[in-house]
Amino acid sequence: MYDVIIIGAGVSGAAAARELSRYQVRACVLEKEEDVCCGTSKANSAIVHAGYDAANGSLMAKLNVEGNKMMSKLSKELDFEFIQNGSLVVCTDEESRPGLQELLERGVKNGVEGLRIIEREELVLMEPNISDQAVAALYAPTGGIVCPFNLNIALAENAYTNGVEFCFNTQVEGIERIKGGFRLKTNKGDVETKCVVNAAGVYADQIHNMVADEPITIIPRRGDYCLLDQTAGKHVTRTIFALPGKYGKGILVSPTVHGNLIVGPTAIDIEDKEGTNTTRTGLDQVIEKCANTVKNVPMRQVITSFAGLRAHEEGHEFIIKELPEAPGFVDCAGIESPGLTSSPAIGCMVADIVKGILDLKENPNFVGSRKGILNPETLSMEERNELIKKQPAYGNIICRCEMVTEGEILDAIHRPLGAKSLDGVKRRTRAGMGRCQAGFCSPRTMEILSRELSLDRMEITKCGGESKIVVGTNKDRI
Amino acid sequence: MKAYDIVIIGGGPAGLAAAASARRSGVTSILILERDKELGGILNQCIHNGFGLHTFKEELTGPEYAARFIEQVKELGIEYQLNTMVMDISHDKVVTAMNREEGMFAIQAKAVILAMGCRERSRGALNIPGYRPAGIYSAGTAQRLVNREGYLPGRQVVILGSGDIGLIMARRMTFEGANVKVVAELMPYSGGLKRNIVQCLDDYGIPLKLSHTVVEIRGKERLTGITIAQVDGRGKPIPGTEEDYDCDTLLLSVGLIPENELSRGAGVDISPVTSGPVVNESLETNIEGVFACGNVLHVHDLVDFVSEEAGAAGKNAADYVRGLRKNCSGNEIQMNPVEGVRYTVPSTIRPDQMDDKLTVRFRVGGVYKNCYISVYFDDERVMRRKRPVVAPGEMEEIKLEKAKLLEYPDLKTITIKIEEA
Repeated sequence: MYDVIIIGAGVSGAAAARELSRYQVRACVLEKEEDVCCGTSKANSAIVHAGYDAANGSLMAKLNVEGNKMMSKLSKELDFEFIQNGSLVVCTDEESRPGLQELLERGVKNGVEGLRIIEREELVLMEPNISDQAVAALYAPTGGIVCPFNLNIALAENAYTNGVEFCFNTQVEGIERIKGGFRLKTNKGDVETKCVVNAAGVYADQIHNMVADEPITIIPRRGDYCLLDQTAGKHVTRTIFALPGKYGKGILVSPTVHGNLIVGPTAIDIEDKEGTNTTRTGLDQVIEKCANTVKNVPMRQVITSFAGLRAHEEGHEFIIKELPEAPGFVDCAGIESPGLTSSPAIGCMVADIVKGILDLKENPNFVGSRKGILNPETLSMEERNELIKKQPAYGNIICRCEMVTEGEILDAIHRPLGAKSLDGVKRRTRAGMGRCQAGFCSPRTMEILSRELSLDRMEITKCGGESKIVVGTNKDRI
Repeated sequence: MKAYDIVIIGGGPAGLAAAASARRSGVTSILILERDKELGGILNQCIHNGFGLHTFKEELTGPEYAARFIEQVKELGIEYQLNTMVMDISHDKVVTAMNREEGMFAIQAKAVILAMGCRERSRGALNIPGYRPAGIYSAGTAQRLVNREGYLPGRQVVILGSGDIGLIMARRMTFEGANVKVVAELMPYSGGLKRNIVQCLDDYGIPLKLSHTVVEIRGKERLTGITIAQVDGRGKPIPGTEEDYDCDTLLLSVGLIPENELSRGAGVDISPVTSGPVVNESLETNIEGVFACGNVLHVHDLVDFVSEEAGAAGKNAADYVRGLRKNCSGNEIQMNPVEGVRYTVPSTIRPDQMDDKLTVRFRVGGVYKNCYISVYFDDERVMRRKRPVVAPGEMEEIKLEKAKLLEYPDLKTITIKIEEA
């Protein structure tokens, strides 16, 4: 019997797993997809929010501000990209100006540091491409941007290295209460555990409702995004939000940690928990609305568009607690924005709850740091040549847009919880994430995956399951 | 630092022809840098025939055409490095490259010839809504999988875009046992060569739907279907015209983009129309001694013209290195593409630097029937050629004679336009 099973290897589940690995605990993460970071955690704005948005006194506000404060140190410990670029909430009409003051006051009460309202003159100096309609803005210097993939991957890798097990392609289909814990029915068989952490994202209601007296409903709230080429990445330097006002909730425009420009999201409530399809209406909204705060966004530089699902619960609040009617069952549900920001704090909170239930002792062998995949571009030419001499694969460029070498891809495949698919390689190394969108590197990456994992080329997938890249050989059915 | 007179970036058709020409023009210190494991570039996956009709007066396959030039390069003893990626070109022509054996290394060049070719426009750039499953490929990626690696990307195929690679792949996928259901083209005309529409679609009964585009993509893991719809004059889908197709594969042949990241890094001026460098009569960019040719300069439809253009770039680079260029006395003529003509290569001409004859290549922006291609020297029309039809899919050219240009010492602008008959 496990001490704890965490359902979901998104950023919340991975953060909880990593924090729990500080203790002597038999823990396992069950994930229905083939990899970590396959749901909400992979498709969002990648923003580290300052914390002025959430209601005073809410758990959301508390964990947002805590998570924001933890992010810098964590990014160094776990080696993922985080940049504190600051954010601006832009007001574009005088009538809405009181809204800025309201946000400022809420932020101050939430404990956000450094907030101040700036006038158009200063705003234009900070962001020359700001809309001509902009009158003032709330400046939050603690706002930031993060690599959502590597944050999630780093947490999971570190948890794994510290002894947490991970089972992929494993879907929880039912939960029974047994003496001293729970029996989880999965497509891979039954597993027993003393504690359950429900970090199932948009499916957290289904998991919750398997044991709870009071059902909850998680509504997938779709957000469509456009991602622009790195040539557009300097269009703004801070994350630009629109002050909610007469245009409704606005579209953000932000640089990413990799130098692209991201524009989005929409907010459309849907029923299908797998409904990650963009729509024409959604994309058109993104394109149209971003002009409210930022002018001349070069939409011709779009390299891809995508949609993510926020796990929205009606009360718009994080639900992180043990169920009184089912001791040992801990919800980590309703984790929508600012969930990514809050994830380090969410992990701590969940671990604290579980620690209290199981009376856990510290793990003396816990290693809190993790080294990410080496980016050779950070090396000097001499260091790089030294590396290539030892490992020639670092001299072989596979992805020409992002200049990713074979060495990085080999590392991504062979490291703990390594990549098994093209998307797995992409999220870890950026191979295929550039302007040609994998047209050049996908046959090459397939070849490497097939060689390293001893899989036939026809077994290689884009993202697990039936997402095979090739379906046969030439003339095989003639 | 290693040093060469001419470093050629790319060992595809443009790089090979430029190298051979530069060698024959008297330069011996030449290095070709190629990122793939063999010379020949994209021709290696173009196993269909139809190459070389102009150059060799016979029909060759892509690899055969490439082989003719590879042989020349080898016979001429031109150095080349394979599996070598150029990482950077500096303004002062230091080329930084990398491979497994040598790591990163720098080469000082006296002249650089840009011959990096182009890449395919991706689904993302089109912003087609829907899911992002496996089964969506640019036509060239599918061509590589099928023709070089022997794998079938899918069995039920829809193709968006009627560029030449898409047309060729419609036929290839049919040969290999797939069912190609339809080719949809956004524009009211095809972007490909007429002969390819006949030989790749008509001969196999594959319908071509003009003024149609993909409006939805279905399938969570692997593609399960798409919807196409007719578009209005501004390319917007017309509600009510949607048609669903079940398919596991969508091939995109929706345009090629010259690959100029390295050129930009070096400070080369790029034309917003061609996405290629702005060049003068010598195919020289704004940086002295940096030349460009082939698809990195502007997208061609026939490799024969790539070879021809690259030959000129190679000779010009050789003349530059050998100090044979005359001092320029000043008159620089602006090319002025208007009224249906989208661009010209070159963009400027210095008559005293040009050869006796200069080919000016261009594309038109729409289909024009029974029209004239007219050339004006300032306000005087000097040439008018009747054409039954011109279309964006077929590159056009005119030839200018040096002797004639020298008769107009004060000439400022050469205008090329399409005029109605």
